Amino acid sequence: MLVESPPEQRAGTAAAPPNRRAVRLLGLLVSVVILLLVAVASIVVGAKELSLEQVWHGLFEESGTYGDVVVADRLSRTLLGLLVGAALGLAGAVLQALTRNPLADPGLLGINAGASAAVVSAITFLGVTSLSGYVWFAFCGAAAVGALVWFLGGSRGATPVRLALAGTAISAALYGYLQAIMILDDAALGRMRFWTVGSLSTGTDSTITQVLPFLLAGFVLALALARPLNAMAMGDDTAKALGANLNRTRALSMLAATVLCGAATAACGPIMFVGLMVPHVVRSFTGPDLRWILPYAAILSPVLLLGADVLGRIVARPAELQVGIITAILGGPVFIYLVRRRRTAQL
Amino acid sequence: MKTNRAVRTPGGLSVRLDVRALTVVVLLLLAALTASVVLIGTGDFPIPAADVLRTLVGDGNAGQEFIVTELRLPRVLVGLLVGASLGLGGALFQSISRNPLGSPDVLGLGQGATAGALTMIVLFSGSAAQVALGALVGGLVTGFAIYVLAWKRGVHGYRLVLVGIGVSAIVTAVNGYLLTKSDIVDAARAVVWMTGSLDGRDWNQVWPLLALCAVLVPLVLVNSRGLRMMEMGDDVSYALGVRVERVRLLLMLSAVLLTASATAAAGPVGFVALTAPQLARRLTRSPGPNLVPAMVMGAALLVTADWLSQRAFGAGQLPVGVVTGVLGGVYLLWLLVTERRAGRI
Repeated sequence: MLVESPPEQRAGTAAAPPNRRAVRLLGLLVSVVILLLVAVASIVVGAKELSLEQVWHGLFEESGTYGDVVVADRLSRTLLGLLVGAALGLAGAVLQALTRNPLADPGLLGINAGASAAVVSAITFLGVTSLSGYVWFAFCGAAAVGALVWFLGGSRGATPVRLALAGTAISAALYGYLQAIMILDDAALGRMRFWTVGSLSTGTDSTITQVLPFLLAGFVLALALARPLNAMAMGDDTAKALGANLNRTRALSMLAATVLCGAATAACGPIMFVGLMVPHVVRSFTGPDLRWILPYAAILSPVLLLGADVLGRIVARPAELQVGIITAILGGPVFIYLVRRRRTAQL
Repeated sequence: MKTNRAVRTPGGLSVRLDVRALTVVVLLLLAALTASVVLIGTGDFPIPAADVLRTLVGDGNAGQEFIVTELRLPRVLVGLLVGASLGLGGALFQSISRNPLGSPDVLGLGQGATAGALTMIVLFSGSAAQVALGALVGGLVTGFAIYVLAWKRGVHGYRLVLVGIGVSAIVTAVNGYLLTKSDIVDAARAVVWMTGSLDGRDWNQVWPLLALCAVLVPLVLVNSRGLRMMEMGDDVSYALGVRVERVRLLLMLSAVLLTASATAAAGPVGFVALTAPQLARRLTRSPGPNLVPAMVMGAALLVTADWLSQRAFGAGQLPVGVVTGVLGGVYLLWLLVTERRAGRI
């Protein structure tokens, strides 16, 4: 901007006093440290117990021992968890801001259902069996449903209720279709019932390399949207008066959410609760500023996802409980607690 | 057509009649009954509609009488009752939560009932009756949990929806876990149950459901006046003399019972509870909860869907839940498109 902002406006953007800002930055740093600890735990814990030396050996002095193979395996799983967790958290935060709806979630807007339907179609009709094959179908399905919800929800003047209703309608139609396939085809049922739970055990280097470009693009786009989405939070009219381009912001937000959810769902199945919960948790201590919510969500969502994954490996040893189940069982009560703690007006 | 007409008796009693809503209810009732007769006539042994009617009033031939009264009539009655219960339960929940998405499907009641049924199927390989009982208990426990968790000096609509979503997520995860634990035979049985089906329903399912409806429907309708005022907000309705929390608890309990028993009888038939009240509201164009139209709409919807599933895929091939899910979703989409074009919403 060439013209210097009037003092009031500057005061508006720098609303947080310096010390609160420092606290938030410190909090971000603490979050990163926690994330690192959880990531290490995710490599150490599992059916085969590893000592920290073995992990170090596997990470930096790899020589092909059994321990090294295990470390490499768990490393890719952990990396996938980091990426997918961040993607789900960012997507949830963006969707909640976009629809001004605390219920907004990739699941509610039908994006997970789109990915699932595409994957089942690929398995059943095209005989695609490998993950690297149906990754692309999941992505296309999510993108198609995202676009459809966007179109139906009203590319001109989308309201939260319309978007949510459109998403629910599409989800219901797609789940009906899914169930029809699962009833008629036992082979699809056999494979699908594991995929639809959501698990990180699909994490391999090839999965990561396939979804990484999409996820990175989504990360950049989502973080860049913090400012325009902040303006939109004040209501359409105010946002317009502040010079925000509403339709462009909405379209880009939807694109970011679709790319992030599509890639995440493709990689490990629909993990529903992370995207709904983490932004709620984050908002309770950062306040409504998305420039803080988004980075925090990107860092704390993988903490939840990896932590849940580790827990799933501990409680069901030597087997494992899928991460989607753990996140929901852990996240549900926290979420209900948060809902109860808030005053009605804040919902 | 004048939409409202006041009927006054000499005694000073006056009732406001919504003519359009009344017409819609009558037409939907006719549609539901027509669809029922056609559905009774449909199957591997087709019976013309005239013969169905003759058998129903009691003078058909013996073979047709067995097929109609023993095999197909109970199925159709279960369909009608389940549809009506789901429609009414959905309308109640949407009105209480003041949210068009606050239907039992979204709030996790269907999931809770499913968890109960899956527990029976997967862990105990239970009989059909045990599965139904499990579903009933699961639905009731879930409804109770949602109400208790959403309670905080009263139950607010938004909190109810959010808590319901949280509970629903937990229960869905439990369901997913049960499904991955099960062997493939149980899993297939569970998936069919989870879709919602009317196959093989007999008089044993009709009577409990009918008794429950006979008690709950009048109870709900008597209290619907309060519900209508509650849509204007708790404070306004207190001022108007509605005992808000009491009415809400009563109506929620009824809605949970209706939904849970419907689910126990036919499985969580998707989308009826969500769609029926929406469709009814759009047809009657009247404000308020539209309880009776939603109920009749639910019944008509479910029976028609069952007929379609038998007609299109052959008897016993595809459960009715698939059809209601796909059709309901597509219909809501269509509504959204036309509303968008008309510039409404």
